[in-house]
Amino acid sequence: MKIIVAIKQVPDRESQVRIDDSGKWIVESDLQYAMNEPDAHALEEALQLKEKSGGGGEVVVLTAGPESAGTVIREALAKGADRAIHVLCDDLATRDALSVARLLAAAVKEESPDLLLAGLQSEDLGYGQTGVIVAELLGLPHATLILNVEKTDTGVRVKRELEEGWFQSIELPTPAVLTIQSGGNKIRYATLMGIKRAKTKEVRQIASSSLVSDSAAVVVLDKISLPTKKKSTQMLAGTPKEAVAALVEKLRLEVHVL
Amino acid sequence: MSGILVVLEQRAHKSLARINWEALTAALRLGPPASVAAVILGADTQAAAAEIAAKAPSRVISVQHPLLTPYTADGTLAALQQLIQFENPDFVVFPHTYQVRDYAPALATRFGQVLLSDVTAIAEGPVFTRQIMQGRLNGSYRHTGSGACFLSVQAGAFPAELPEPRTAVIEQFSPPIDAAQIRTTPGEPYRAAAQAVDLSSAQLIVGVGRGIKSQDNLPIVQELATALGAELAASRPICDNGWLPMERQVGSSGQTVAPKLYIAAGISGAIQHLVGMKGSQCIVAINKDPDAPIFEVADYGIVGDLMEVVPALTAAVKAAKQ
Repeated sequence: MKIIVAIKQVPDRESQVRIDDSGKWIVESDLQYAMNEPDAHALEEALQLKEKSGGGGEVVVLTAGPESAGTVIREALAKGADRAIHVLCDDLATRDALSVARLLAAAVKEESPDLLLAGLQSEDLGYGQTGVIVAELLGLPHATLILNVEKTDTGVRVKRELEEGWFQSIELPTPAVLTIQSGGNKIRYATLMGIKRAKTKEVRQIASSSLVSDSAAVVVLDKISLPTKKKSTQMLAGTPKEAVAALVEKLRLEVHVL
Repeated sequence: MSGILVVLEQRAHKSLARINWEALTAALRLGPPASVAAVILGADTQAAAAEIAAKAPSRVISVQHPLLTPYTADGTLAALQQLIQFENPDFVVFPHTYQVRDYAPALATRFGQVLLSDVTAIAEGPVFTRQIMQGRLNGSYRHTGSGACFLSVQAGAFPAELPEPRTAVIEQFSPPIDAAQIRTTPGEPYRAAAQAVDLSSAQLIVGVGRGIKSQDNLPIVQELATALGAELAASRPICDNGWLPMERQVGSSGQTVAPKLYIAAGISGAIQHLVGMKGSQCIVAINKDPDAPIFEVADYGIVGDLMEVVPALTAAVKAAKQ
């Protein structure tokens, strides 16, 4: 089975985010980056599918992003992906979900995989739709919020998460697109051998302009801002001991739980 | 004709969830009540359509077809594509549910549009607010293209209370759907295991998140819970890692709780967690990041390392109870 995994480089969740002078984006020099966590679960699922099939087939990682996104590509190759496709584009944050999906769909089409896996949502913009749009653009069936993928004779059987602790099994013919939810598998670490091997693996870079001609964004991000507090939070300052003493006082006298 | 469609969601054997009425409220912010039509899909929509007609301002469009139940993305897409072509609306509004996340992006794509997902506010313009960076920032979005604007609204972002009882007209829309269009075979929904822990009735809850760093540190929060007589709960990553069982998960994929006191220790406050606990009467947040979104919903906040603050709190609670 040939599996493509779409991954995205996102600001690390521990990074401090500050709004830049344009008011439209964050100060990028402040950021550390990481692989989007749901995408890491998608990669893990792909690697396990390949291993279960006795190592046959191929896992190809695909990303759209600037040159620096090469870091997450190398990480994916070190974990066991066979090769990578890097669609170079520096304007990811200003593209809407359809525009990014068009880039990915064009790159996927050339490869004709059996499965395309993607994380269900990015940790930065969180549109949560790239995988579904790619499926629609390619005319492929899809399923979202998937925790587990099993191969069947005609396609795949997946475990889909529903709300409030419910699940559902769905069968899809392949080729198909699946968006992966976190928690279905345990993400592996790269081994030293894996890191060494990654250096010899193929990374094909494609200019975004050679894939699809740019079309105007349908939705635009005009500005970003700090959220306004809905509640007036009382911050309890001081040393941990002082802060908890003040809290216990509140819990006793105002919340009446002690 | 132009107008606003709001697509509501019926779940098996249940009355319509609150988020549907919230979506209807959002739709009413986008135009006059007479322009808002509520849409319900399924093999049998009769009861749901009647329930909606008592609350919707003017029209309820009942889209019935045997192939619409159980839900499949392909069936829903086929039906809604035809309805939207027929109605030619300016806005199509959805509740941001798991099901909507499954099909609405593809539906928007069919019309060359992009779904504005998980909208939390609508201002003049209209300008739509949605959260970015895990809720640490808000983004203001505009729809610039011509054609319908598709948006889904976040649970809890708009009031569910509607102005007055209504008696909307129920119309039928019967799109042809071919069984061959439906490529997926969905199975019956199931629960992983009987839920042994019912957090929804707990009066006091201590919730723990990523900030705990390691499973070995869990006794620290367990001791606080014990000292308070509270139930221990967790955000998704803790249960994903297997550090606590899934049945202790609070949030959109776990339980919804509303205790007298919810102490969030090392929980940053991603929306998926907040929707499960923001109805708590008192929320205490302990987090090392002063900008963590959890502080936006907290009544009391302590900025600090939970490894220091939580044991200190446990000791103080024990002393207070003596």
